[in-house]
Amino acid sequence: MAPNDVGSTGIGASVRRREDRRFLTGRGTYTDDINRPNQTYAWILRSPHAHAAIKSIDTTAAKGAPGVVAVFTGAELGKFGMPCGWLVTGKNNTPMVEPKHPALAEGKVRHVGDPVAVVIAETKSQARDAAEKINVDYAPLPAIMDMKAALKGGGTPVHDAAASNLCFDWELGDKAAVGAAFTKAAHVTKLDLVNNRLVPNAMEPRAAIGDFDRATGEHTLYTTSQNPHVIRLLMGAFVLGIPEHKLRVVAPDVGGGFGSKIYHYAEEAIVTWAAKEIGRPVKWTAERSEAFISDAHGRDHITHVELAMDKDGKFLALRCETLANMGAYLSTFAPCIPTYLHGTLLAGNYATPAIHTNVKAVFTNTVPVDAYRGAGRPEATFQIERLIDKAARELKMDPAELRRRNFIKPSQFPYQTPVALVYDTGNYDATLDQVLKLSDAAGYEKRKAESKARGKLRGRGLASYIEACGIAPSNVVGSLGARAGLYEAATVRVNPTGNVTVFTGSHSHGQGHETTFAQVVSDMLGIPMDQVEISHGDTNRVPFGMGTYGSRSLAVGGTAIVKAIDKIVAKGKKIAAHMLEAAEADIEFKNGKFQVAGTDKSKAFGEIALAAYVPHKYPLDTVEPGLDETAFYDPKNFTFPAGAYVCEVEVDPETGVVEVQSFATADDFGKIVNPMIVEGQVHGGLVQGIGQALLETCVYDKDGQLQSGSYMDYTMPRADDVPSFKVAHSVTACTHNPLGVKGCGEAGAIGAPPTVINAIIDALSEFGVTHIDMPATPNRVWKAIQDAKAGRH
Amino acid sequence: MPTVNLTVNGKAVSANVEARTLLVNLIREQLGLTGTHVGCDTSQCGACVVHVDGKSVKACTMLAVQANGSKVTTIEGLANGDKLHPMQEAFREHHGLQCGFCTPGMVMSAVCLAKGHPNLTEKEVREGLEGNICRCTGYHNIVQAVLAGAKAMGG
Repeated sequence: MAPNDVGSTGIGASVRRREDRRFLTGRGTYTDDINRPNQTYAWILRSPHAHAAIKSIDTTAAKGAPGVVAVFTGAELGKFGMPCGWLVTGKNNTPMVEPKHPALAEGKVRHVGDPVAVVIAETKSQARDAAEKINVDYAPLPAIMDMKAALKGGGTPVHDAAASNLCFDWELGDKAAVGAAFTKAAHVTKLDLVNNRLVPNAMEPRAAIGDFDRATGEHTLYTTSQNPHVIRLLMGAFVLGIPEHKLRVVAPDVGGGFGSKIYHYAEEAIVTWAAKEIGRPVKWTAERSEAFISDAHGRDHITHVELAMDKDGKFLALRCETLANMGAYLSTFAPCIPTYLHGTLLAGNYATPAIHTNVKAVFTNTVPVDAYRGAGRPEATFQIERLIDKAARELKMDPAELRRRNFIKPSQFPYQTPVALVYDTGNYDATLDQVLKLSDAAGYEKRKAESKARGKLRGRGLASYIEACGIAPSNVVGSLGARAGLYEAATVRVNPTGNVTVFTGSHSHGQGHETTFAQVVSDMLGIPMDQVEISHGDTNRVPFGMGTYGSRSLAVGGTAIVKAIDKIVAKGKKIAAHMLEAAEADIEFKNGKFQVAGTDKSKAFGEIALAAYVPHKYPLDTVEPGLDETAFYDPKNFTFPAGAYVCEVEVDPETGVVEVQSFATADDFGKIVNPMIVEGQVHGGLVQGIGQALLETCVYDKDGQLQSGSYMDYTMPRADDVPSFKVAHSVTACTHNPLGVKGCGEAGAIGAPPTVINAIIDALSEFGVTHIDMPATPNRVWKAIQDAKAGRH
Repeated sequence: MPTVNLTVNGKAVSANVEARTLLVNLIREQLGLTGTHVGCDTSQCGACVVHVDGKSVKACTMLAVQANGSKVTTIEGLANGDKLHPMQEAFREHHGLQCGFCTPGMVMSAVCLAKGHPNLTEKEVREGLEGNICRCTGYHNIVQAVLAGAKAMGG
């Protein structure tokens, strides 16, 4: 922890959040809370069919309905195609199939929820009522739902450009080396896994307001986005052709994202375009049931994995064959999730010398799939950690010992994996030791006996994980198909009387940046935290930004702030040297003062700020007035947080009900700025991970109807579904950013699913159950027990 | 259009509403009190919880006309001027909120749950908040906040 003169608000302090007061008193400003003068309301008519040709659309009655201002269909908006931000190139240098994704359906609908028309009216109810008067004549087609069947082709494909519904066939790693290792293996463990499709379900439904100023020609879009500049670029340049200087995108308070609010969605383009067309602001707010069929979903992989080991349990090679569901269209970053955020993570925490993976991405008549908290890394971790647990069971080894035997050791960093990444630092034994202690490994047998006495089966599960956060550097990801840079920008504006406004390209939608970033600035500049304001979410205020996703805000966005502060301090030294009549090289900046080294001559930060704006006694020949600096920071590498989790479950063998009894985590997030906020991130991730393991899943029927399309049907984790947590940290500082920080936002969601499932398998081991799919619902658990008893596994 | 008369956060209000208008729409759209949120359309998430005559109610489950003559308190009416209600203060102190969207409903539910029960147990809090969904916090800190808030309210 850095020593600092700002007492309990510096780096390392659990400062209470500054944003809380507005949220606790109902004074947050979310997109749906904003109303523009003379505003209209949009209702989107969506396809009730998973796959159908549109023979005709008759909007006459809707256009004549009370309050209706306009009705648009694919005839007007179909020309706008939603862009994909990542081009994956598959085997034999074959680029992915990238079919057009029209803003409103053109001639065909491809999933239930595909937008077909938009009605704009004086009130939301009028728009909704009028939408019922639109007559769409559909010719339904068989829905392509099952990935394996889809790849066989036959029937009408989702897109004509992909006759067998294959988007790409991609591989990574040395297939020959892996093959050779398997032939000399003493033991091979195999596993088939499904990573269940999830709905991100941020509590704030998506919303968008388009506004157009006829006098200036400027468009404004208010939207529920994690990255307003990215939306400005994608929508402006690639969809509507609006140049950046005429397009302002505002993402105000945003009620959770978890990945689902990264993407550029059609509704944003629709309201922006329509506002100019009708000459009035247009507001659209999703209903929850609409969100279920229009927000990008997450996960949905089917995988076969194999691990080759020598006689001592040393890993020799790993191979992985995955089918990844893309849904009906390519969402903004969909292709990179099962490839560069999944295949590259298959080394996990282990020194496996050879790895090969093959990923086939498949189009189906379902909602598009993209990043959801963890994005590819939970899938990789689930595969590795379930496989190792199964291997330990087969080898009759302690699962902790098998992991330990294969961990990358601290002396091996930087460590080049066989799947492209270079881990900079870590200590996996340390987090494992820590979690075993925290979870009271020693007392387990006693607790198991107590459970048994109550007729319950207790199980204990362990998993390690590694994550790659802050995806970068831009030139490398560019060579892998990214169509964007992955840096971050920040402006640190010192105002004349010494207070500071920071404009960050990161976006906070629950992460507490207004607090954490202010702690960093306060600590570095030696000024009280209340002298620092953090501004974000408005492209007209913030110079540029790539936004918040992939646990990048502090490591990338925070570093951009640090780099801007470095420039402020460097300039301040020049000004101070002049004012103190000393050499610039002799000026030190410490505790908020510019001081001549070894003397008591100094100028306070505020004096330098004032001098910069009232430059009377000032080196005007060599230094510009003002104290306002911008930095763009492009990381040299990812950061690699890692950790180990333990949970204990109780299974009721009569009903199959699983209760999580305890959950302990040991994470290495590098240095920590605000432990309270970091722990909150872990808790939230854990419950999303436990949700995936026990409760949540998308159920589609064979016709492509989403059966789990509301909170009545999709089981969101509630307070009484989960326990309280024990969380701990150990620290290896990131080696390539100045704060030494890694990412913490996704860890829980990555580590929890295999931990929970390993615990359930442990509980059911007396029946010989070796596998259970997520979510491990009472029905599935009960059935696994019955099948095992009957010898059906 | 029917007229409803009610007291909201201590102030008498009167509004003409469509018969189908939900209480939450009256509060958000006609009275401009946007602290009460809508997170679902099946009365499951609890983001819209307000107090009607002292009891917590999902404002998406009640027609505005059904609230005629009632005393309604929304999140905006909970604090005493600049002084936060003990439950609001406990949420701040225990980091019981992240994105803030479920927070108004969560706090309003928690206040009702804690009223008369200063010594709630963790199990009672978890079961008592079963009607409020939070996607950010994993509930851990919400539970801590409600236990502390209940104590501070003193029943």
